[in-house]
Amino acid sequence: MLISKQKPLEEILSYLEGEKSVFLVGCKGCAEGWGSGGEKQVAEMRKTLQEKGKGVSGSVVVDMLCDGALTKLKLRAYKKEIAAGDSILVLTDGAGVQTVAEVVDKVVHPGCNTLSAGGAHAEWKEAESCLECGDCVLEFTGGLCPIARCSKHLLNGPCGGSQYGKCEVDPSIPCVWQQIVDHLAKLGQLDKLERFVAPKNWSVSLTSGPPIKRFS
Amino acid sequence: MKTKSNLEQVLESKIFAVTGELGPPQSADAEVIRRKAKILKGNVDAFNVTDGQTAVVRMASWAACLIAKEEGLDPIVQMTCRDRNRIALQMDVLGIAALGMNNMLCLTGDHQKFGNHPNAKGVYDLDSIQLVKMVKDMRDEKKFQCGEAMAVEPRLFIGAAENPFADPFEFRAARLAKKVTAGADFIQTQIVYNVDKFAEWMKMIRDRGLHERVKILAGVAPIKSVGAAKYMKTRVPGMDVPDSVVARLQGVPKEQVSKEGIKLCIDIIKQMREIEGVAGIHLMAIEWEEAVPEIVEAAGLLPRPKLAT
Repeated sequence: MLISKQKPLEEILSYLEGEKSVFLVGCKGCAEGWGSGGEKQVAEMRKTLQEKGKGVSGSVVVDMLCDGALTKLKLRAYKKEIAAGDSILVLTDGAGVQTVAEVVDKVVHPGCNTLSAGGAHAEWKEAESCLECGDCVLEFTGGLCPIARCSKHLLNGPCGGSQYGKCEVDPSIPCVWQQIVDHLAKLGQLDKLERFVAPKNWSVSLTSGPPIKRFS
Repeated sequence: MKTKSNLEQVLESKIFAVTGELGPPQSADAEVIRRKAKILKGNVDAFNVTDGQTAVVRMASWAACLIAKEEGLDPIVQMTCRDRNRIALQMDVLGIAALGMNNMLCLTGDHQKFGNHPNAKGVYDLDSIQLVKMVKDMRDEKKFQCGEAMAVEPRLFIGAAENPFADPFEFRAARLAKKVTAGADFIQTQIVYNVDKFAEWMKMIRDRGLHERVKILAGVAPIKSVGAAKYMKTRVPGMDVPDSVVARLQGVPKEQVSKEGIKLCIDIIKQMREIEGVAGIHLMAIEWEEAVPEIVEAAGLLPRPKLAT
């Protein structure tokens, strides 16, 4: 279970700047359970964006968005609608956002911050793609998370230790910054990485913030 | 001039600069620093003291810098994000400037896994580019990272590192541009053994006009033995040691290898001077400081300029 919460609307709109139309993705799993990106929230977001003058080329709510094979299959049915949009806005936790980025060659925007694994971390350990840091940065990193996947959590990577696509820390770890550069190059969006990404807000993370407060 | 840095003066005077490196001891022995400082004096314009290089516990960079400064050298304090969050970094920046240091090299830092305390918690609150910008904002805007104002700003000449041999190669120049925009005044590169690849990287730097916005010092280092060359080739992350370098050292009798290593270093320095946009060298004779005078002399880099501070 990944607990997420929608980002402030202004932040989401800033991601969509310069875009005419967007495709919406939600999930019937955790995101529906936590009211951040289920059927209801996707419908609401569609309405909100249209009121703000943004086109919505289509939407889908997948059963388990973090399941790559299922998501790939589901999104295939929406090929036209996805192609008609400039990007995809994903209203789920970071794991869902990264799955979409992995299976579709399209710019993906995160619509939520992921706050916690709700105590179910162990089930996910081997395939961890989201560290529930509470301040999602996937907008700036091509939909691949450097907080979870970079040994130094770099926001302006890669470091000098990236060689042959591998992390210097262990040759079995792929360098996520190589993957980020490759992915954005494929989308023709490499210039995105020339923007300075400011220091992160760690006060909303479980390891640096006061966790009790969030649930009170 | 942004600072009182001797290095800044040399670079601004368009003199081909030489910086050195001093490895601090794994102990509280101040004599080691003084001895090494005496060797470097007069042979370099400024020198770095590493900050827990390869994540091994050694004397703090700023402390060793202060000891060497008393010997009349211009120190470059190295500062890594591995061990400090933004609060500790800013406190150190203030302290370093207050102690009269003029230069700081901003690094992310070698991962703790490589050192003698692999179980340590890495901090990485900021990355090197964010650190560069934070120090620049402290110096030029008199502002802390949180936006609050300060009365007396740290006047530091800001450096950053770059590895032209890391991947993705095509993206390195773009990332360097980010560092320059963030506020880097000078860049020290990873040690160059693959001169062709370095030249190719410098071309990408010139194509973006970055050599006119930042001073680039090419990293060079003598190799002491064939074993050391092989070790760097295979075991040190981010290094690029071509086969021809290993072969050159293997091609001489064993007792002459270290001499050949020095010659190779001198040859590379001469090649660096020919590349447009290279403003100087950063000579890293790690645990071999004795080789420095001979190398700078033979490379035609003596005497070093005496500038008024």
